[in-house]
Amino acid sequence: MSPALAREWRRFTPAQRLGRWGVWLAMVAACAWAARSIDIIPEFLADAPEQMMDLLVRMWPPNLAHYYPTVHGALVETLHIATLGTILSFGLALPVALLAARNVCRNRALNTLAQLVLVASRSVNSLVWALIFVAVFGPGPAAGTFAIAFRSVGFVGKLLAEAMEEAAPGPLEALRATGAPWASVMLKALWPQVQPAFWGVALFRWDINVRESAVLGLVGAGGIGVVLDDAINFFHWDRVATVLLAVLAVVVVAEVVVTRIRARLL
Amino acid sequence: MNQGLSNQGLSIRGLVKEYVPGQPVLRGINLEIAAQGITAVIGPSGTGKSTLIRCINRLVEPTAGQVSLNGQEITALRGTALRLARRRIGMVFQEYNLVERLSVMENLLCGRLGYVPVWRAWLRRYPASDIARAFDLLEAVGLPDHAMRRADALSGGQRQRVGIARALMQAPELLLADEPTSSLDPKTAVEVLELLARLTGAAGVPVIINIHNVDLAKRFAQRIIGMAGGAVVFDGPPEALEASHLRQIYGGEDWL
Repeated sequence: MSPALAREWRRFTPAQRLGRWGVWLAMVAACAWAARSIDIIPEFLADAPEQMMDLLVRMWPPNLAHYYPTVHGALVETLHIATLGTILSFGLALPVALLAARNVCRNRALNTLAQLVLVASRSVNSLVWALIFVAVFGPGPAAGTFAIAFRSVGFVGKLLAEAMEEAAPGPLEALRATGAPWASVMLKALWPQVQPAFWGVALFRWDINVRESAVLGLVGAGGIGVVLDDAINFFHWDRVATVLLAVLAVVVVAEVVVTRIRARLL
Repeated sequence: MNQGLSNQGLSIRGLVKEYVPGQPVLRGINLEIAAQGITAVIGPSGTGKSTLIRCINRLVEPTAGQVSLNGQEITALRGTALRLARRRIGMVFQEYNLVERLSVMENLLCGRLGYVPVWRAWLRRYPASDIARAFDLLEAVGLPDHAMRRADALSGGQRQRVGIARALMQAPELLLADEPTSSLDPKTAVEVLELLARLTGAAGVPVIINIHNVDLAKRFAQRIIGMAGGAVVFDGPPEALEASHLRQIYGGEDWL
């Protein structure tokens, strides 16, 4: 073999090439399988643009007279659900996060249990939580608030636990060495390190919850979704347009406000 | 007055630490350290100096042996009793271990957390005597105008001064210093050690200090303990420490 050939270079070994080719094949197969299983009806697909146009024409112009007081009141209720739900979720998530953080709670079994609680909270969609709480509290914003809170616990708890685990161990060790009780060590060594992440997560989750609480009304859990549902059921498409525009406006404003405050926190 | 009594000072007997069973980092350390003066522990990295010092306040749990401070056996304590014993032992760290986002004043007051109830710490309603003591110590370490600055705004030397002040806030019966000058430049290192020696001398607090720098150890300590391979291989006054001892502690001789 000549030296020139020995110096030949390839990015991947033959085994790696085979593996990469296999991954691509699996992805294509998964897409083909998925497309077959969702049962696209060709006729409906063909006239979809026509249907969309029809809907838009019915929505235009939006019935802006419908905004006050019906949509406005529901919108404010949606914001209340998002805010109260977020605060409630932090109350629930904080103890779970303390148990989940491996540098705070040294008990492996409790770590796992807390992680399980957080995953369980996230695995249930907020609409499903809303259905459960509508059954418990009856229809209305109370059910929506609890649905938002229980869905947020997993998200908030996971991020808080990660922030705690990233805290520098030095100050914790130093305060333990002074003979401080556990609660004081957490308060003075851990909390100052977690604080920026805490407020960042709180704002981020509130932003998400404003959007999530807008649909909870579809299952009767209060907020602007109730108005949306009514308008769709009565084919008042001009009112539907008003509701959608109102939600869009609130989400944009929330996004801008949260981004600005978060930029100042860091 | 009590210095002559055998139960005064620190007593370490048969101290063994194994992080991995069967591989001891400390191999049966026996030491009696008087209730005054500076004792320097020298030795190569990884020989168990930090482990030794952390076994004294039980940040590291000893595998076997006893540690007693002024007659109380610390290795026998658990839970709250251990916490109360830790209040009597101050500690200074290589990386300062200040709470970066708190002010200098609050970092000093952290030294009192063992004495202050949690609710007072939470509401920042520290006793007036603690606050007065903190101002006194800030002056003593040469940072009287820095009370309101955040700890992460300080230089390394300033941070270690705060670290020393925090440890002295405890009014400790023993001060442990784990490589307190290794992160500092040579000039600042001498200044910080001078401060440490002066303040602990004035308060009558004995000091055990882990240190890499043999010259600094000889300059500031009244007693030097040389460790190698997890055991004490030299124990005596700085004048008695000779090149042959250093060869035994660190190995080789090209560096001497």
